[in-house]
Amino acid sequence: MSSITLKSLQHSYLSNPQSEEDYALRKIDLTWRDGGAFALLGPSGCGKTTLLNLISGLLKPSEGQILFDDRDVTSLLPDQRNIAQVFQFPVVYDTMSVYDNLAFPLRNRKLPEAELDERVQRVAMMLSIQNQLKHRASGLTAADKQKISLGRGLVRSDVNVMMFDEPLTVIDPHLKWELRSQLMRLHQQVGFTMIYVTHDQTEALTFADEVVVMYEGEIVQIGTPEELFSRPRHTFVGHFIGSPGMNVLPCEWYDGGAVFGGYSIPLNKNLPNPASTSNLQLGIRPEFIRLVSEGIPAQIKRVDDVGRYRIIKAEVGGTNLNIYASEEVEIPSGALHLDFDPNHTHVYCDGWIHEVKGQS
Amino acid sequence: MINKTINQKAWFMVLPVLALVAFNAIIPLMTVVNYSVQETFGDNLFFWEGIKWFEDVMRSERFHDALGRQLLFTLLILLIEVPLGVGIALTMPRQGIGVTICLVLMALPLLIPWNVVGAMWNIFALPDIGLLGKMLNGVGFDYNFTQNPFWAWVTVVAMDVWHWTSLVVLLCYAGLRSIPDAYYQASKIDGATSWQVFRYIQLPKMKRVLTIALLLRLMDSFMIYTEPFVLTGGGPGNSTTFLSIDLVKVALGQFDLGPAAAMSIIYFLVVLLLCWVLYTLMMRNETN
Repeated sequence: MSSITLKSLQHSYLSNPQSEEDYALRKIDLTWRDGGAFALLGPSGCGKTTLLNLISGLLKPSEGQILFDDRDVTSLLPDQRNIAQVFQFPVVYDTMSVYDNLAFPLRNRKLPEAELDERVQRVAMMLSIQNQLKHRASGLTAADKQKISLGRGLVRSDVNVMMFDEPLTVIDPHLKWELRSQLMRLHQQVGFTMIYVTHDQTEALTFADEVVVMYEGEIVQIGTPEELFSRPRHTFVGHFIGSPGMNVLPCEWYDGGAVFGGYSIPLNKNLPNPASTSNLQLGIRPEFIRLVSEGIPAQIKRVDDVGRYRIIKAEVGGTNLNIYASEEVEIPSGALHLDFDPNHTHVYCDGWIHEVKGQS
Repeated sequence: MINKTINQKAWFMVLPVLALVAFNAIIPLMTVVNYSVQETFGDNLFFWEGIKWFEDVMRSERFHDALGRQLLFTLLILLIEVPLGVGIALTMPRQGIGVTICLVLMALPLLIPWNVVGAMWNIFALPDIGLLGKMLNGVGFDYNFTQNPFWAWVTVVAMDVWHWTSLVVLLCYAGLRSIPDAYYQASKIDGATSWQVFRYIQLPKMKRVLTIALLLRLMDSFMIYTEPFVLTGGGPGNSTTFLSIDLVKVALGQFDLGPAAAMSIIYFLVVLLLCWVLYTLMMRNETN
């Protein structure tokens, strides 16, 4: 087990990258503490799998360093880094029994049979597959196969970090919850540093203590699920996390305050004037817009009932926005009046949050 | 309730296929069965012989020898072509321009007609003017495939390996390509040696295509005719007379239609039996 530090890591799949666009990953600086559960979250193609493969050693970075504790592992091969990885599609050795599958990495490391047996039995217990040890691995369900992939990492005592590359993609929905909670329990038991790559916000937010959100090869925000929700550092984070995501509304800067659709929007603190006022936006989550009797007038376009709550699709001066309404709230027909919660209204300048310096 | 129209006229739709299959398979086969139990001296005169021809063929030393040669040949080429094909497939590039080049090169021998392959190798192997023959004699071998049975065998086997290993290569390569990268990455992380990667990942994943390759080569090699016929004509002596060549000698050379028909039925059953045994064995392995 160890902490992981990435120092100005960059990677390009081209042999001779010229411009910024040639890089799949740009300027990654990051520290993951020992024993934590972390998630890498981002849409397909944002570079999260590239980053994972760099950490595991399956790829070599074009620039930068990777440290496990204080040891530079940048040039080491995957089997020298002492990592474990669970892939999107379950990898099992079809011709071997479940037992031999679990024992395989230990046998390759020349562990005495007695100790090996004890470890395999213990891991089988943790994964509740003790009854299947003698079965051939090829006949198992996807979920059980994925457990074995996980088990081949768990049996090892030398694992620095355990990585998951969208491991629940091929698992049936009703088993996903079960496997994920089993995984979280395992994390508490074994205390490995775990990195979980996914494009599913629910998976990331429920699994991790800290989530790294990536977008187009860059890290846009690192934070706890709570921080990502209440204070997105970039409009992308606000939009990507949440269901539906944050409303991003065009706004103007007038006399030290934000103006949207001709209405001055109250903010909870005095912000300095932004550096540029050409590309300003307001960000507010649907959860923090209230229906009031007097406020910003809006037109209802549609109401979606999601079950436990409803989403109102409304329009203010040609701009669409979503409003969250619990089942108890009575929705007037036609015209609405809105009130934005100043504590949760943020101003974004060129996509990035505009805030008082020194405050995070 | 909907009234279902019962109309057996739909069966007429099957007629064209039935006619086609009848003309190219059933009728010829039945003719062979007919010949195999009768004696004919021409003039459309037939005499009932029962299973005499079958008994004759089964007891005939000539048939035993041909069958023995056939089995030996098939065994040899399978032993060479399958491991060689797997080996070549493993060393072929996985991406880049090399893939196309290799695939085209590999496909070339498969595109050449059988008799052309025979003719090519005949000229290639001629001891006095052929590149191979001249070279082997040049380095000190007493190479002459038209007079020495051993060299005739070497040449016939080499020709078949040259012609058909590509088939095994292409099938195995397709099997290899279907293995997701994650398997290789996981095995790297597990610290597997390259032999283990082959034994526990590549070989199991290639198993299905390998079964097909084996069956195809088994059947094809059992039916081989044109290439050895053009190359050696079954000689020297009878040393490269395989079942099909022998059959043609009996049927068209000696015009013994009865024994030839009995022989072809036995020949057919042998191929069928071998394939069935092999297929069953490999599939049983699968389910266990």
